[in-house]
Amino acid sequence: MSSTESREKRLKVDGAVQISELHQTAEYILPDERFTKPVAVIECIESIPCNPCETACPVNAIVIGDDITTLPKIDPTICTGCALCVAACPGLAIYLKQQHWGPSLSYIAFPYEYLPLPQKGAEVTMANRWGEAVCSGTVIKVIKSSRFDRTAIIHASYDSAFYEEVVTMVRL
Amino acid sequence: MNQIKREIVVIGSGPAGLCAAIEAARSGAQVLLIDENAKPGGQLFKQIHKFFGSADHRAGVRGLDIGEALLKDAEELKIEVWLNSEACGIFDSTNVWVVRDKQHSITVQAQRIIIATGAVENSINFPGWTLPGVMGAGAAQTMINVNRVLPGHRFLMVGSGNVGVIVSYQLLQAGAAVVAIVEAAPTLGGYGVHTAKVRRAGVPFYTSHTVKEAHGNGHVERATLVRLDEKWKEVAGSEFEVEVDTICIATGLTPAVELAFGSGCMAVNSPALGGLVPVHDETMRSSNTAIYVAGDVSGVEEASTAMEEGRIAGLCAAHSLGYLGQGAYEARLGVLTRNVNALRSGMFGQKRREAKEYIVSSYGAHR
Amino acid sequence: MNRIVDHPILGPLSEAEVVHIIVDGVPFTARKGEMIASALIANGKSTFRKTVKRNEPRGIYCGIGRCTDCVMTVNGIPNVRTCVTAVEEGMVIETQMGSGEWQ
Ligand SMILES: Cc1cc2nc3c(=O)[nH]c(=O)nc-3n(C[C@H](O)[C@H](O)[C@H](O)COP(=O)(O)OP(=O)(O)OC[C@H]3O[C@@H](n4cnc5c(N)ncnc54)[C@H](O)[C@@H]3O)c2cc1C
Ligand code: SF4
Ligand code: SF4
Ligand code: FES
Repeated sequence: MSSTESREKRLKVDGAVQISELHQTAEYILPDERFTKPVAVIECIESIPCNPCETACPVNAIVIGDDITTLPKIDPTICTGCALCVAACPGLAIYLKQQHWGPSLSYIAFPYEYLPLPQKGAEVTMANRWGEAVCSGTVIKVIKSSRFDRTAIIHASYDSAFYEEVVTMVRL
Repeated sequence: MNQIKREIVVIGSGPAGLCAAIEAARSGAQVLLIDENAKPGGQLFKQIHKFFGSADHRAGVRGLDIGEALLKDAEELKIEVWLNSEACGIFDSTNVWVVRDKQHSITVQAQRIIIATGAVENSINFPGWTLPGVMGAGAAQTMINVNRVLPGHRFLMVGSGNVGVIVSYQLLQAGAAVVAIVEAAPTLGGYGVHTAKVRRAGVPFYTSHTVKEAHGNGHVERATLVRLDEKWKEVAGSEFEVEVDTICIATGLTPAVELAFGSGCMAVNSPALGGLVPVHDETMRSSNTAIYVAGDVSGVEEASTAMEEGRIAGLCAAHSLGYLGQGAYEARLGVLTRNVNALRSGMFGQKRREAKEYIVSSYGAHR
Repeated sequence: MNRIVDHPILGPLSEAEVVHIIVDGVPFTARKGEMIASALIANGKSTFRKTVKRNEPRGIYCGIGRCTDCVMTVNGIPNVRTCVTAVEEGMVIETQMGSGEWQ
């Protein structure tokens, strides 16, 4: 295929949000090395009429307010990592992350609505916002709960050199 | 011809019609809901994704589950439902000519009619567009999510609005490959969270591109894509081919207005909402005071807005027949109006809100 | 087969009674209650008719009964919209040539 290389990489042209675009948004907060457990990270940078992340959170860590087009803002210091917002988000725009989960290992828990599901313990290929392979990862657990309404949540560890780049895994 | 009487007849049992019938019945009116399909729900049961909005709009719940809940409400309210029943015409403002099971004609004399007939997918022309394998995105969605068959294995999606992107995601979920999503405009149309979802699955977007030609012997086998310049003209030499067996067209919907206009409702042009729509006021009443409209037929938006509009139409039609005290009516209308306006806010909703305001402002002129 | 037997949201395909239909003389199996168009696609058939003037093949376009691209001759009756007509045991379905003729 042609003309891919020259394309501008930004959300409204390429479909995926650039890390640089995220960094320009005050609402995007990537938990740093001080966090001792995985917490929610939100990549929702357009004002759309939506707030289930806010209503799903049992500890009010996500705030949108009365105008439901306001961007969701998370306070990662009160997030418990329960993943309810991850499953409630119709945009699949939330995952949990921890930078230093193990020696040179980061942790992610991301929503996944495809079949087949990976098995616990499986080696998978972690992917970036473009679906490109980044590094290998290990599936720690796969949670399917009625509270998550048919959205599976996959927990995996991966090389912390790619902490921010990885957002999902390559589909099986 | 058989003739019967009902207080309110709702035509179309999609999200708009279902909600209209439920709200009118809750207000105390006697309601008949008809749909030409064998199953109620319109487009709702193919929408297997979680909806946007707030708790008032049942956000975070999948469309098909909202559909089930609405059917249960309709059943509990003992709403009379006729399926396989097509409304073929409306005459003298209040008589609906219905053909049941493609054979029995019956006239329903109604005091109020709510038209919620939805919309039809647009097509676009290019050499090869009539080949089997070229279809509406909604048709592919119907096949995979309702009929559970894959009409192809390698898809090209034409159009990057929410429908095109949602259907692309659902094609991936059904096990197909989406080779590319092309968009003629220089920027993508759908919500960023939707585009990010399919991009993350490896699906490439091509803005300022369109499909130039479909090739194949008796069925789509390949498509030629071409880049468009700032003036939307094809850039010579920029063509390239993709191997696909199905091309889905998601270039918008046109309101299904035949019944409404056939019954004498006045029209207003609303390019942002799909073209000619029946003029209506903020209670969803058309220029014909016995006829209300709701959902895509009154301007194409999405299922959540269709539901709120349906509720407004059902409430106001019932109130116009004397149901519900003024206080209860006004309070409820206030809530529903706030709900629908919440969906028409933000960078995506603003245009739709302005278009709706224009329709409502034209109402006086058409009366 | 083009059936979606398992699905992350909709779950495994439920059991359904088998219905036998004949399509252009060939026996096909279908699921009770499904639309003719869906049975045909499940069996790999995508041409439903040939056009009047140019004899071009056509398949489904709208899938919801609006465009009439999917019409076929069913039990001798032409112009049946197969995307909104359910299969029945023993149904005889034929690719429609042109505007179709009653048989
Ligand atoms: C195929 C398709 C797929 C779509 N998918 C999405 C999606 O995934 N996401 C999204 O946001 N939007 C989608 N849309 C947009 C969609 O229009 C709205 O989401 C919503 O369904 C509109 O609701 P409605 O009640 O106005 O119309 P509909 O849901 O279309 O319901 C109209 C009903 O009226 C019936 N009807 C029409 N004419 C007659 C008549 N003369 N007599 C009797 N009954 C009649 C029809 O059978 C139908 O059941 C889709 C649209 C289409 C056409
Ligand atoms: S993970 Fe749980 S606690 Fe943290 S923001 Fe989400 S819902 Fe709230
Ligand atoms: S639920 Fe998801 S899409 Fe909706 S506002 Fe929250 S993060 Fe954004
Ligand atoms: S595909 Fe359009 S009527 Fe059947």
